[in-house]
Amino acid sequence: MQRIEKMGVWEKLYFPEVLRGLWVTGFRFWRNLFIHTLHLLGLANSLQAAMTVQYPEQRIPYPETFRGRHRLTLKDDGSIRCTACFLCATACPAECIYIQAGEYPDNPVEKFPLRYEIDTLRCIYCGFCVEACPCDAIRMDTGTHPGNLGFSRKDFVEDKTILTERSEELEAKGKEKLYEEYVSRYRRV
Amino acid sequence: MSTQTPDLPVETMDLQMGPSHPATHGTIKFNLKLEGEKVLDCEVEVGYLHRGFDKMCEQATWNQVIPYTDRLNYVSPLINNFGYALAVENLLGVETPPRCQFIRVAMSELSRIMDHLTCLGMAASELGAITAGFYMIEARELLMRIIEAVTGARLTISYARIGGVKHDLPPDFSDWVADAFRKTRRLLADCERLLSRNRIFIDRMSGIGVVSREMAVAYGLTGPILRSTGVNYDVRKAQPYLVYDQMDFEVPLGTKGDNYDRFICRILEIEQSMRIVEQALEKMPLGPIALDDPKIVLPEKEKVYNSIEGLMNHFKFIMEGIQVPAGEVYFAVEGGNGELGFYIVSQGGGRPYRVRVRPPCFIAMSAFHEMIRGHMIADIIPTFGMINMIGGECDR
Repeated sequence: MQRIEKMGVWEKLYFPEVLRGLWVTGFRFWRNLFIHTLHLLGLANSLQAAMTVQYPEQRIPYPETFRGRHRLTLKDDGSIRCTACFLCATACPAECIYIQAGEYPDNPVEKFPLRYEIDTLRCIYCGFCVEACPCDAIRMDTGTHPGNLGFSRKDFVEDKTILTERSEELEAKGKEKLYEEYVSRYRRV
Repeated sequence: MSTQTPDLPVETMDLQMGPSHPATHGTIKFNLKLEGEKVLDCEVEVGYLHRGFDKMCEQATWNQVIPYTDRLNYVSPLINNFGYALAVENLLGVETPPRCQFIRVAMSELSRIMDHLTCLGMAASELGAITAGFYMIEARELLMRIIEAVTGARLTISYARIGGVKHDLPPDFSDWVADAFRKTRRLLADCERLLSRNRIFIDRMSGIGVVSREMAVAYGLTGPILRSTGVNYDVRKAQPYLVYDQMDFEVPLGTKGDNYDRFICRILEIEQSMRIVEQALEKMPLGPIALDDPKIVLPEKEKVYNSIEGLMNHFKFIMEGIQVPAGEVYFAVEGGNGELGFYIVSQGGGRPYRVRVRPPCFIAMSAFHEMIRGHMIADIIPTFGMINMIGGECDR
């Protein structure tokens, strides 16, 4: 693109440029319309029409690295992996993690969290807790984005039960199904 | 032929524009002194998005500041991330491995393209060329998807770490970039067809918001606004950081210093940035992406899970943070809007004593009254648009 110091007749006439502009937009309009029609007929699915994604009916899958909602991982025997070492709560820039540690009656070595709460209204999904965890107990690989349906602040506090159940669900259903279930609530709205 | 009667008495009027109209780039208020529709004087009020960035940094450890820097210039967050990390690394006296530097260059330039696309697209759409705005936002979306796949988030990326980056680029990164650039170039060609000889666009941009070369230097303007006046100052060339000295690129300059020149400077910079990314990907060496120093970078997870030394390093790192020696540093990078500087004071220990950001658009806003004086109210919109004020960066 170059600077036009002095407008020539072409620019001053104005209408030729209007027609040129209409040609650009018109070309894209008809092209997109044509490809969308082909898509409806189930043809030419590799061609891309308009860039717009009709969310939530359609979606583009989240990448593998996507930092989604948290989950607390479980050991092989189904017990919680977290040892309540407070590193995630320390590393958290938003101070949204609350942990209350408890001790196993029969195990003097390890502790576990009596309460583990993430206030998702404060959470900024930076992933520092995942990086800080020394025993792979918290992950953000659920592939679902933070929710925004709720009527009180309590609805947004994710406690230990929710976080561990998410792990079980992810294992049972897989990422795709979890996402589909999660987003179906938004489709009904 | 003038329809105005010269001796008609004209009363000046005070008008408060904003907070928050000027096509809503950011919340801002203009206290205008008007004569009819002509702007006699303009007083800018900023600060509506002040979140106390400087103060918050004093409460956080060195690494915890990184999510805050995402939210400075939220149109090109990666540059802020790397700028801050580079400043702290300077204070520590360390240099990151070559691969990390190349990754940082490539990602910064992707971010800069996104910044320019947003600015130009919005500026065009404010002048009625909304289609060009859509095309540029489409190009931005292509790049945004790459950034999302690399960093794990679209906006709040938190990708940099002191002494490295969070994780490596995905294996097919260069293919994605090549594909996205091919499409971006096509979209920009379409935008050029729509805008370059468009009379309305030229009339609205040309000769509006002029800053002279001397005034730009006196106010301390940087970035496309300074370069549009013909002053050749780009931090990437003037004080090369990272591996910019190995890159072959040009600094586009303007002649008149009006909005039209700024628009063209930014458009040409997009092409240069794409060239830099392509070169960086071509030259990118293999190797580590972060320093191998447990005092600065978190140890690898393998070591943490399997060895007591790794675990101890890990705990010390999180609980105490990076121990930065006492001292102060000013480090500037070329942000989307100009020189983005970080002035950091450390008194030793795990937390910064003071972090001050030199936001390019805050300084540009201080010269805004000079740009707009004598023009019409409607000219505020393109002038403000081409400054590209980002609330998060300006007000911090």
